[in-house]
Amino acid sequence: MKPIYLDHAATTPLDPRVLEAMRPFFSETFANPSSFHTPGLRAKEAVAAARQSIAKHLNGREDEIIFTSGGTESDNLAVVGVVRALKTKGKHVVTSSIEHHAVLEPLLHLKKTGEIDLTILPVDKYGLVSVADLVVALRPDTVLVSIMYANNEIGTIEPIADIGRAILKWRKDNVTHFPYFHTDACQAAGVLDMDVEKLHVDLLTLNASKMYGPKGIGVLFVRRAVKIETLIRGGGQEKNIRSGTENVPGIVGLATALDLSQAEKDVENARLTRLRDRLIAGLLAIPKTRLNGHPTERLPNNVNISFIDIEGEAAVLYLDAEGIYTSTGSACASTSLDPSHVILATGLSYEAAHGSLRFTLGRSTTPEDVERVIAVMPGVVEKLRHMSPVNLDMKYFN
Amino acid sequence: MSQPVTPATEDARKGDVVAATKDKGWFYSDVVKEHFFHPRNFMEDESAYADAAMGMVGSPACGDAMKVWIMVDPATERITDLKWKTFGCGSAIASTSMMSVMATENGGMTMDDARKMRPQDIMERLGGLPARKIHCSVLGDKALRAAINDWYRKAGKTDKVEVEQGRVIDKVLNVTDHDIEEAVLDGADTLLKVQAKTKVGTGDPSCIPEVENLIRFYKEKYFGA
Repeated sequence: MKPIYLDHAATTPLDPRVLEAMRPFFSETFANPSSFHTPGLRAKEAVAAARQSIAKHLNGREDEIIFTSGGTESDNLAVVGVVRALKTKGKHVVTSSIEHHAVLEPLLHLKKTGEIDLTILPVDKYGLVSVADLVVALRPDTVLVSIMYANNEIGTIEPIADIGRAILKWRKDNVTHFPYFHTDACQAAGVLDMDVEKLHVDLLTLNASKMYGPKGIGVLFVRRAVKIETLIRGGGQEKNIRSGTENVPGIVGLATALDLSQAEKDVENARLTRLRDRLIAGLLAIPKTRLNGHPTERLPNNVNISFIDIEGEAAVLYLDAEGIYTSTGSACASTSLDPSHVILATGLSYEAAHGSLRFTLGRSTTPEDVERVIAVMPGVVEKLRHMSPVNLDMKYFN
Repeated sequence: MSQPVTPATEDARKGDVVAATKDKGWFYSDVVKEHFFHPRNFMEDESAYADAAMGMVGSPACGDAMKVWIMVDPATERITDLKWKTFGCGSAIASTSMMSVMATENGGMTMDDARKMRPQDIMERLGGLPARKIHCSVLGDKALRAAINDWYRKAGKTDKVEVEQGRVIDKVLNVTDHDIEEAVLDGADTLLKVQAKTKVGTGDPSCIPEVENLIRFYKEKYFGA
């Protein structure tokens, strides 16, 4: 039986075309881009071409693209770097309750050390941040707003352009350059419009490993004139914002992956959306289920469903035995025993959060795969419910 | 049908009972898998056990809940039959299944012996569990003790009903689950407030996830939130 990988939000496989583009940069064009000889120059040209291509997709400039080791580093650099660079301007930061840990954890750390005051905005039952709430939260000493573009667990797409416009207006009304606006676009990069002028963002995180590129490479877009303090000091690469010898194959891989994803996104999004909606409908036909996240404002590949009265991990393991690879929103498997902070933030009870399952589709997903999941899932749910002493009333979950 | 994702290494087979470095993961042992995919003695038809003694522990909000029914020979006080239902992750289901086997094999345990069953005994028979799974999911022995109390209560032998001794949570400071229960009843509803009363976790920080779980459990038990 063909294995069915439905965990593309965790990471995607490397596209063979990306691998081909990267191949020469391991053993042939391997030199250090900072070296002052011909092979070094070749590597430097490759980095420059990649930077140019990425800048074009973001509608930014080449000197606004900073390469990092991935999404987590880009997020850390964005929030910690801005807070420290602007410490004389203010110490207030606004974020949302459903951000990735790569944003929340550094912010909570800065709060703990007393470097910032932190406002964590709630979300509605679909996981949406309210633009009005956000504007109310802004203060004269607010230096940074960080809201993700699309959520990794429930797939909800945030109104980034509206938030960006509201922040621009607030800055104009208050005659200030601050706060800066950062968005984590890791889940969105291969799927949504990345034009920073339309989004009105000052900083934007993306990485390659969610769009069929290699792991270990990311970008932080930093708008010109935005002040940011480096976290990694050394040889002064990346405009002294991020030292370290450039990961040339990774950089080439990221640029190629972004190129391919953006070129194919209209066709692929339409295909995935059809498969997604079929999977949602098929799974919601199982009794006592509920869709987590927004019904329409969601990533084309994300399905997140709570199966009431069962625990997500048990379902993941039963599906695994069928060759269907999914993940759970419940963090039973991680060091924390709490269920997903994202699903809890949408107001769902602990009970329903424990029963949530995420299926994230990708380029390899076929209609047959979706039908197979729809055929297999009722049996898994029935078996686990049969074993479960819990029988909760659905009125609490709608 | 079966598609092993990762070849089970010798370490994985043993389970990371001792420490668990994160990258060794939390693979379940073959015995755990066997009991997870083919659970023994689980309750098919509750109506046939309406008169049986029953015990329940945990709550779905905490991520684990289980119910245990027992039938006992009044003459020998041996457990002749045990059925269960469990809401929880793979190790919760497997450990309850294994507990049911241990309680009923070889003619059935006496209730006195069954009361001495510890989570470690179940784990040993399972071939180990990932470290962070132990406290959250091995509740079968507690549900069994609750069912035994219920049996004695129903049999009118109230002198044989045993109130649970506190379970030590913070081994360094000897703080028990009862201390945490008391603190929650006293109005401490966050980890910080419970720590202010009990200092739990300051001696042995590794118990903090379990403390948070207990706080939530007792909050729900007493305040429904």
